[in-house]
Amino acid sequence: MRLLSLRPGRGANLLLPAIPFILLILAYTIGSALRHAGNPDDKLLPGLDALVGAVRRVAFSPDKRTGEYLLWSDTLASLTRLCAGLAIATVTSCVIGLTVGLLPYLRVLLTPFIAVLSMIPPLAILPILFIMFGLGEASKIVLIVIGIAPFMTRDLALRVSELPAEQLIKAQTLGATTWQILARVVAPQMMPRLIDSVRLSLGAAWLYLIAAEAIASESGLGFRIFLMRRYLAMDVILPYVAWITFLAFLFDLILRRLQSGLYPWFAGARAK
Amino acid sequence: MTTISLQNVWKEYEGKVVLEKISLEIAPQSFVALVGPSGCGKTTFLRMLLSEETPTRGRILIDGAPLAPEPTVDRGVVFQRYSVFPHLTVTENVLLGKEFAQSKFLGMLYGKARRKAIEEADALLAEVGLTGAASKYPAQLSGGMQQRLALAQALITRPKILLLDEPFGALDPGIKADIHVLMLRLWKETKMTVVMVTHDLSEAFRLGTRVLVFERKENSALEPDRFGATITRDIDVWPPKHAAWATPAGKKTPAR
Repeated sequence: MRLLSLRPGRGANLLLPAIPFILLILAYTIGSALRHAGNPDDKLLPGLDALVGAVRRVAFSPDKRTGEYLLWSDTLASLTRLCAGLAIATVTSCVIGLTVGLLPYLRVLLTPFIAVLSMIPPLAILPILFIMFGLGEASKIVLIVIGIAPFMTRDLALRVSELPAEQLIKAQTLGATTWQILARVVAPQMMPRLIDSVRLSLGAAWLYLIAAEAIASESGLGFRIFLMRRYLAMDVILPYVAWITFLAFLFDLILRRLQSGLYPWFAGARAK
Repeated sequence: MTTISLQNVWKEYEGKVVLEKISLEIAPQSFVALVGPSGCGKTTFLRMLLSEETPTRGRILIDGAPLAPEPTVDRGVVFQRYSVFPHLTVTENVLLGKEFAQSKFLGMLYGKARRKAIEEADALLAEVGLTGAASKYPAQLSGGMQQRLALAQALITRPKILLLDEPFGALDPGIKADIHVLMLRLWKETKMTVVMVTHDLSEAFRLGTRVLVFERKENSALEPDRFGATITRDIDVWPPKHAAWATPAGKKTPAR
């Protein structure tokens, strides 16, 4: 039989996805054990007990200096920034993307401009943001918005223009005005696609968040990781990375659930 | 009572002549079927009637008035695909025409107005045989059911003219026969003028009162873009379906 004809059975379907994770953990444990055999004070690959100890310290006991539970206050700070950035970017790209996709005049006016805008490397203008908005929350949120909004706008405008022309003609023959077409035909069909767009932008949003926090911040997950780097505190950095990964995964899962829950027609329509 | 009149209509795309010298009078309540080989401009012709395209030369008049420059509510349409909205249920799809007309800002009806509109939509759905499917989404319907839905959706605004672009082209023969019966019944009840593009000759003769054949009369190997298609044959279908039921205005249509 050809390799492409071989399909995993039910058991294999459950077992196979776990294998890479198990291998990674195994490789880490072996590596950690080997390094500790050579040097009991090794900080590069802390053992399981060191990791658990660090998690207990940052997550479940108050910081000696501030009295805060570091992991949670960092998470709160980061998520506030991330969500604010995502929300502003989503609303902006929704308004601009829908109208640019639907109205030929706006399309001609703005498409090249947005295309150029989306080519600006956001991190390159981070200093400008710091100068303009100061080192507080605003500059970090703006960085996220600038980082993902142009992509989301272009994506949405593209999806709108991909709607079959027949649908827009049909709506007009039913007597719809431009506004009614936007509100009843285009926008509702774009919402699940907008969720896809947010999902794809999540990685970039985290990237810009952590970059901004690393450079100028006093709290946040990115700030903590870069602070701990100075002490080579891998036992804190690794749990933080795992936690960020988990949060990103959770966001993605929530958005996916939201999509299938709110827009039950979408799976069928997309399959066509 | 709607007449469509075309006066020496030409359509060219970037120097390529697609349609030429089309002059035509379409009588009220006709069912005109357009046939012809692929790429002979049948669909372009229909798009001009829909105002999706504008003629390069000539005029199109409806009841003596020039055609509006964009699609309007007096001309309904059913395409072969994408005629219905995938994000709305069957009932919502039919309701849409009512909502656009009655709710200018939101395009949504609530409460009493909505219940009244739903009643009307349900009656229309019963007419096209979709009663059981009211709360389904189009993706859950078969091709034939989707086209029935598209018909109901187009008819709720009571268009004077119904334009059909190969509406039954993708359906199985048995389903096609059923929907033909439905189409004839709807046409007789609503007394619309129907213009249908099809590449199925038997369908053209079964449904149409008049069959128009589009063809390129002349072709030049050296200048293939020089000549467009035109109406080469204009056949009145016998026996006339029209006379069997067309009655003086005011009188009831006799039962079939």
